[in-house]
Amino acid sequence: MEHASFVIGSYIVTFASIGAYIWWFLRRAKNLAQNATSEDMPWT
Amino acid sequence: MSINASPHSRWKVIRSIARKDVLVEWNSRVLTNQVAPFALVVMIMFAFALDNEGILQRVAPGLVWLATLFSMLIVVQRSFSVETADGALDALRVAGVSPSGIFYGKSLALMVQLFILQVLLMSVALVLYNVEISVMGVVEAIVTMVAATCGLAFVGTLYGGLAAGARGRETLLPLLLLPVVAPVLIGATRATEAAFETAGTDVSEGWPWIGLLGVFAVVFGAVGSVAFGPLIDE
Amino acid sequence: MTHTASTGTVATRRLGLLSIALLALTVILGLFVSDEDVIQGSTVRIMYVHVPTIWVAYMAFAFTAVCSAIYLSGKNRSLAWDRVGGASAEIGVLFVAISLVTGSLWGRITWGTYWVWDARLTSTAFLFITYVGYLAVRRLGGTQRQRAKRSAVLALLAVLEIPLVHFSVRLWRSLHQEASVANRGTDVELDGLMLFTLFLGLVAFTVLYVWMMLHRQRGIALEDALADKGLDVAIEQRRAESVVN
Repeated sequence: MEHASFVIGSYIVTFASIGAYIWWFLRRAKNLAQNATSEDMPWT
Repeated sequence: MSINASPHSRWKVIRSIARKDVLVEWNSRVLTNQVAPFALVVMIMFAFALDNEGILQRVAPGLVWLATLFSMLIVVQRSFSVETADGALDALRVAGVSPSGIFYGKSLALMVQLFILQVLLMSVALVLYNVEISVMGVVEAIVTMVAATCGLAFVGTLYGGLAAGARGRETLLPLLLLPVVAPVLIGATRATEAAFETAGTDVSEGWPWIGLLGVFAVVFGAVGSVAFGPLIDE
Repeated sequence: MTHTASTGTVATRRLGLLSIALLALTVILGLFVSDEDVIQGSTVRIMYVHVPTIWVAYMAFAFTAVCSAIYLSGKNRSLAWDRVGGASAEIGVLFVAISLVTGSLWGRITWGTYWVWDARLTSTAFLFITYVGYLAVRRLGGTQRQRAKRSAVLALLAVLEIPLVHFSVRLWRSLHQEASVANRGTDVELDGLMLFTLFLGLVAFTVLYVWMMLHRQRGIALEDALADKGLDVAIEQRRAESVVN
């Protein structure tokens, strides 16, 4: 594949940044949930 | 019942708030003693950075409006810091003054200040950047200044109201305001290029851009009066 | 505690799995199976992530505007509209950023430069900055109702201002001949498997966006609920503990 570094780089940038963001907000929510009651979490 | 029921009293509100702002400014001389010198320094710094008379002449219109935008940030912040220092804005609201009246009043005052600043900067550009201008060009430049200043004043008052108040908010003003005024920067610069007949531009080419400035001013003049209320209500 | 300590539910788990499957398929097709473009060669593969991400960004911001309008339209609207709108905008900002980067990488090969001042790119950069400002305003503090009102007004102002900016930029760029150079190769004609992969990518990223939005807005709901209870101190302690571990 020509320009492989650019093409694969694009995919990596896309998924790595999305993954990092997901990891961040899931971790954050998990930490917060430790201190929350069932009322605070109406989806459960 | 609101104390601003009739158009007559609404105009009175607008006029008195505008008058108050202009008087405060006149007494403090911030515009003349601080903002205008700042704008001049910016214009001079451009010359240092760009270091080429031909280029300066070519980009003079853009530089004038950039200097205006940067100075506007200071003027807008000043316009609101005066209010929030003593809670004057809140007092006005509590007294039942309509937010749209406050909006138009402050916009009017801002318009006057920005116009004065603009006249100064344009004149300086003619001197510093070696620009020549025809009579038609002067007319066009003045109309451009009026149209652009209206739009800038409306948007500045709107976002200034949002960014006013609590500490740490004023720094947000540039980030919020500058993207919004991009159409004014584009339109005013192109119209001024036509007025200065930069790089062979004909004076007549500026009028469509003035049209854009007019649209911008009308849109934000209308929307601003509605949006201002929620933004300053705390 | 009788509840799970997370923002997940059965529904989001299923949605998440679907999303992963669709994305994996998109990557496989996009990166390996589908053909190269006649003109663009292998750089067309970048389109399979670039186009869906900007599409999701537009969708996310449009949704934020809708939520803002709903929130402002009546008295005592639920703050959920604010949380969902805020979550959506956050995701939108991320996706615009990704789109700008991938577009820039694509441009480096196709046009020879990382950036070109054409109307579309410039407007997209503006979109990004505008919503970064929106997110900053959300962090100004105050009550949740204040945040909601401010953000909602700002989002609706953005709906107004962005077309104005876009129109101005278009007008501006139409003055310059160089704009046509940038337009060459931007609109690619795809067919067959390539077109399918593109649509698959759109669907896959949309499902991902929905999943992310559900989780993030629940996360924001937790932040708001706990902020009300003033448990920020406890959270910091817990975070410090987990770092030590």
